[in-house]
Amino acid sequence: MPPIKRTKFKLSPEQLLEMFYWLKLIRAFDERLSVLVKQGRVRSGVYTGVGQEAIIVGTCFGLRKEDYICPLHRDLGSFLMKGVEARVMMAQMFAKRTGLSKGRDSALHSGVSELGIFGNTSMLGANLPVAAGLALTFKMEKADHVVIAYFGEGASNTGDFHEALNFAGVQQLPVIFICENNQYAYSVPIEKSMAIDDVADRARGYGFDGVAINGNDVLAVYQATLGALKRARGGDGPTLIECKTYRWHGHSEHDKAFYRTDEELAMWKSRDPIPTFTTYLRARHVLDDKTLNDTESRVAATIDDAVEFAINSADPSPQDAISDLYA
Amino acid sequence: MSKELSYLEAIREALAEEMRRDPKVFVLGEDVGPYGGAFGATQGLHEEFGDMRVLDTPISESAIVGISIGAALRGYRPVAEMQFADFISCGFDQIVNQAATLRYRYGGRASVPIVVRAPSGGNVGGGLYHSQNPEAWFIHRPGLKVVAPSTAYDAKGLLKAAIRDDNPVVYFEHKYLYRRAKGPVPAGDEVVPLGVAATRREGDDVTLVTYGAMVTPSLEAADRLSKEGVEVEVIDLRTLLPFDKEAIFRSLEKTSRVLIVHEDVKTLGIGAELSAVIMEERFDRLDAPVMRVTSPDTHPPFSHVLEAFNLPNTDKITDALRRLAAY
Repeated sequence: MPPIKRTKFKLSPEQLLEMFYWLKLIRAFDERLSVLVKQGRVRSGVYTGVGQEAIIVGTCFGLRKEDYICPLHRDLGSFLMKGVEARVMMAQMFAKRTGLSKGRDSALHSGVSELGIFGNTSMLGANLPVAAGLALTFKMEKADHVVIAYFGEGASNTGDFHEALNFAGVQQLPVIFICENNQYAYSVPIEKSMAIDDVADRARGYGFDGVAINGNDVLAVYQATLGALKRARGGDGPTLIECKTYRWHGHSEHDKAFYRTDEELAMWKSRDPIPTFTTYLRARHVLDDKTLNDTESRVAATIDDAVEFAINSADPSPQDAISDLYA
Repeated sequence: MSKELSYLEAIREALAEEMRRDPKVFVLGEDVGPYGGAFGATQGLHEEFGDMRVLDTPISESAIVGISIGAALRGYRPVAEMQFADFISCGFDQIVNQAATLRYRYGGRASVPIVVRAPSGGNVGGGLYHSQNPEAWFIHRPGLKVVAPSTAYDAKGLLKAAIRDDNPVVYFEHKYLYRRAKGPVPAGDEVVPLGVAATRREGDDVTLVTYGAMVTPSLEAADRLSKEGVEVEVIDLRTLLPFDKEAIFRSLEKTSRVLIVHEDVKTLGIGAELSAVIMEERFDRLDAPVMRVTSPDTHPPFSHVLEAFNLPNTDKITDALRRLAAY
């Protein structure tokens, strides 16, 4: 198997600005949700990925329509990038009938098969065997499509993680395992849940390569994903990419996160993926004040429209509680 | 329906015919490949259909089910084999949380057409982990269907129906019946529909509801009662979820008395649910309390003496029928 190499890439100014838009939109969506929880308009089920946006943008940017994603609970942005309208995602969070699950469950427990999005349960890591099954069908069809499966460092301690990675390694499946290592499994820090430093090392036990990268650098994530996509599409099997990052909010919006220090949070906020990328874009004269304002207006309009749509949407009908159990 | 097959051969024939009919059907599990399965249910399939449609897996029950779910979401119809029904606990989460809920939380926009085959039941000297009857765990989970054939005919016809069904089906095949039950099987495209019970013997005095390996001793007990002037109607449920309530009620109209026989333990076995439904909806038709013959609330032991003590048999069923008829 060829070792992971730095993959050369070239993005046009338009593509870079599109990445920037997604970073801003995903951040704004989560931050608005956070406010909506505090206002009591969204009941619960909000697990933001604020601070982790570069992972979603960097991994989803190079995907095709036919590729499949298996997001975890902080990856709302991946639904948007894969084609679900912001208003539908907002309605889902409001438990409205116009949401993906018709109000039956919150957050990301719903999927859209036509868009290649799998919706997992609350059992973290349980999406990974499903990802292997999706990838198995691509192998059966000799198609060059890829599955991207997301998980946290916490989920890398579940049995499903090991069963799925082992199977993917044995079958050389076109799947990329993206670890969002945000340092805490709810309140438990990584050193209390793993005896190694890097989740990436676990890949070697299953016969493929793992790499640990800066998960707050959208271009680094994009670059690593491109390399893994190339391997997967070319039949060279799975890759594990561990993206080191940090979640700014608590585990859920109800979690005050007293288990970590202000200093630690401040240190990670200084590595905010958005200003880092903004500086990069400005230095290359891709982004000026006008483009920045335009992007921010577009983001605000999209979020406002989504919230308005969700608020104005009907609740599910009571009978929806007992329908759609069987095909 | 000219030729006669064993129950095990009937299962194999159903798999082979469905795989020939529909290229989306494939089987996976431990030792199902060239070895042909621990009991031989997949013998010859690897030779005919190859590596990718008769897939040997690692010992990873959770992944086996999860992979099946992923493949089903891409239009495949996987048939997963648990080597023993006892091991299904290792795949429990994927069945009850992932597969059973998916259609509901997807807003009715997807379904999971998988079959999980599970060799169950005792009277084979298997001990604690090779004899269990875990069907009640799955009857308790909306979104699943649960099947338990008692004859070669149904083993084939129900498996074909399960494979064609768009919902997740847990198919309990009784190990005691594998080589002991023999008979004609459906030919060509004929299936045995899910959710429909079979009346194995007609009678006007007592209704006996059972399934799986308990059908034969129930019929033997009914013959004994017949010599005593009591005619027992024996209903073979065949499908445990959804169970054929109307068939039980129709029989009850004639008999006013119901005995439920199952090999599973008594507390919260399916007999508890059947009894409650009969009491709730047909209380005024009953002339006697609904009675049960089941295994006691213990584990299936290894020793023949201990196992014989636990298992329902013709004598125990005969005694219960006499008590019920005399009530």
